[in-house]
Amino acid sequence: MLKIENLHARVAGKEILKGLSLEAKSGEVHAIMGPNGAGKSTLGNVLAGRPGYEVTQGTVTFDGNNLLEMEPEVRAAAGLFLAFQYPVEIPGVNNTYFLRAALNAQRKARGAEELDSMQFLKLVRERVKEMGMTPDLLNRAVNEGFSGGEKKRNEVFQMAVLEPRLAILDETDSGLDIDALKQVAEGVNRLRSPERSFLVITHYQRLLDYIVPDFVHVLADGCIVESGDATLAKELEAHGYAWVRDRTPAEAQA
Amino acid sequence: MQAAAAARPPGCGPAWLDDARHQALRAFMERGLPDTREELWKYTALRALQQQAYAPCDEDAASRSVADDLLRLDGCAGPRAVFVNGTFRVDLSRLDNLPEGLTLQPLSEAMQRQSEPLRFLLAARADEDEDGLTLLNRALAADGLIVRVADGVRASQPLHVVHVGASAGSAVGWHLRDLIELGEGASLAVVEHHVGDDASGHLANLVRGVTLRANAHLDWTVVQRASRNTTLLRRTDCVLHDHAELDFHALELGGKLARHELRVDLAGARARFASRGAFVLDGRQHADSEVLVTHRGRDTLSDSLWRGVAGDRARGVVHGRILVQPGADGSDGGFYNKNLLLSPTAEIDTRPALEIYADEVKANHGATVGQLDENVLFYLRSRGIPLDTARRMLVRAFCAVTLDGIQPASLREFCETLLAEQLPETEA
Ligand SMILES: Nc1ncnc2c1ncn2[C@@H]1O[C@H](COP(=O)(O)OP(=O)(O)OP(=O)(O)O)[C@@H](O)[C@H]1O
Ligand SMILES: [Mg+2]
Repeated sequence: MLKIENLHARVAGKEILKGLSLEAKSGEVHAIMGPNGAGKSTLGNVLAGRPGYEVTQGTVTFDGNNLLEMEPEVRAAAGLFLAFQYPVEIPGVNNTYFLRAALNAQRKARGAEELDSMQFLKLVRERVKEMGMTPDLLNRAVNEGFSGGEKKRNEVFQMAVLEPRLAILDETDSGLDIDALKQVAEGVNRLRSPERSFLVITHYQRLLDYIVPDFVHVLADGCIVESGDATLAKELEAHGYAWVRDRTPAEAQA
Repeated sequence: MQAAAAARPPGCGPAWLDDARHQALRAFMERGLPDTREELWKYTALRALQQQAYAPCDEDAASRSVADDLLRLDGCAGPRAVFVNGTFRVDLSRLDNLPEGLTLQPLSEAMQRQSEPLRFLLAARADEDEDGLTLLNRALAADGLIVRVADGVRASQPLHVVHVGASAGSAVGWHLRDLIELGEGASLAVVEHHVGDDASGHLANLVRGVTLRANAHLDWTVVQRASRNTTLLRRTDCVLHDHAELDFHALELGGKLARHELRVDLAGARARFASRGAFVLDGRQHADSEVLVTHRGRDTLSDSLWRGVAGDRARGVVHGRILVQPGADGSDGGFYNKNLLLSPTAEIDTRPALEIYADEVKANHGATVGQLDENVLFYLRSRGIPLDTARRMLVRAFCAVTLDGIQPASLREFCETLLAEQLPETEA
């Protein structure tokens, strides 16, 4: 589904990703861990197509297509979703209105019928229930005045409505209370299917207790320096990132 | 302006009127059109007018056909007064069944039938602050609308005033003079609507006087979507007596050059003025919103909120001035203006100004010029919303506060749609 090869990317003239390779097949959940400033969010932004993130080398294919050539909205319509580490506030734009515009824009781009307001409300009500979303938040401007945790929940709620094929969750667990964390994990698990993949960026083993990943990668200084199964996360929790650096200096250069 | 020089004041009136017109014309010839050395015209040049010849009126204005669709406006099903190229059109208007106490008469008709009561208006000496355009209007105004609401009368339906610029084969100009007077405790809603087909070029010079007696309330909404070939110059002088209230809304979308100088004199104690306005421009459009508020009465209130959006090579001007005169103690005035530039070649000049000569006054102003937030745009796009739609959403959100108070709701919704459709061409 997603294939990243030797990806180099710069932000504000500074090279952040330095030859990153990663492949995620349909149905897989990949966890990405790594120290602050390693480039995890940069990876998410590059994949989502954020302006100002310049790819200088390497390739990314999504379902066999060159992802890097697509506009951000085209990537979204193709099924890519990024839950932001820091979701922005959009004063004056109603959350429900926004979400319907987003869903219908994606459907239109895919040649599917747009949902009318009745159909959309029905869908939203179902998702509200499943995700334990506070309905009030839907009537407010997007993220405006939301608490940190409410913003994160709103991201996952959007994911549940948009049903992407590849979801990148950038520290969606940070700032969530224990109940919210479980609900978010349940939301992800509910969407898990052989047709969908997830990249879950996190600092904490705890999320991975709920969303058990197929693979865990360590991203340090712009590269994947270690990959393993779910047990790798536990090792990291026990030993810290220094342990990876000390153990695999050669691989880190690769 | 060659046309002006060639123009003859509408003659055949009573001697006092012809005299007044000749006098005004002479004064105009001496003074000329306003130029950018004049404080209120600093950013709006009328040079282009000098290069274009406008016929002083459209001879066929009375017979031009106008599609009914063009005149229609959501929420305005009641009384309607239509002007085509500056000429009142009884055939297109709807003035029967006016509520008792609301009288409405075209100026052209009033001048023919009983001009004497208008002498105070048409032969009054020019004020010091009248510019060349106002003088020209005094000399040439051939029509307009005289609206009176009797004491205590509350008109339930909005009065829809439509100004149509219809294609006339060659460029035409017109000059209109309106008078609106609300008696004590009267209330009225006016929807001023400018439309036009893309035509040979129009120059409209509108001068209006509004008087609100004690406790009167006027709700005034401007929906301006004149053709892109129109130069629309408006000046409105409002006087509010004790406890009178003026709620003003403006959505300025059309025209090549559209200027409105709105002067509000809060003369009576506790008079209140609120304005909410927005312009959204693209191409080489130019809009100039001047809101000049004078607090003269005690405890008077003014509160203005304006939004400007300009794309491509458009140019916007916002000038909000609050003048608090001696004796207007306890007044509270505010002018807030935010602007959005959608292209590097667009420009908006905003100048809020306060002048305070009274005690215990609250006066505030604020003005900003910015751009769409790239992070927000990316957020919307990352959810699948195309760039154009995302921009439209944000512009709409940006201007929303200025439309919120428009009544009735159907008119507000229509304005929201107009605004969304207007969005300037996108630039990379
Ligand atoms: N717009 C920018 N301008 C300058 N530097 C940037 C910009 N964006 C990211 N960086 C830098 O790139 C590096 C990687 O940032 P990134 O946000 O990808 O880290 P991260 O792995 O997500 O860290 P964290 O765990 O703290 O979220 C950091 O050193 C950061 O300061
Ligand atoms: Mg990050």
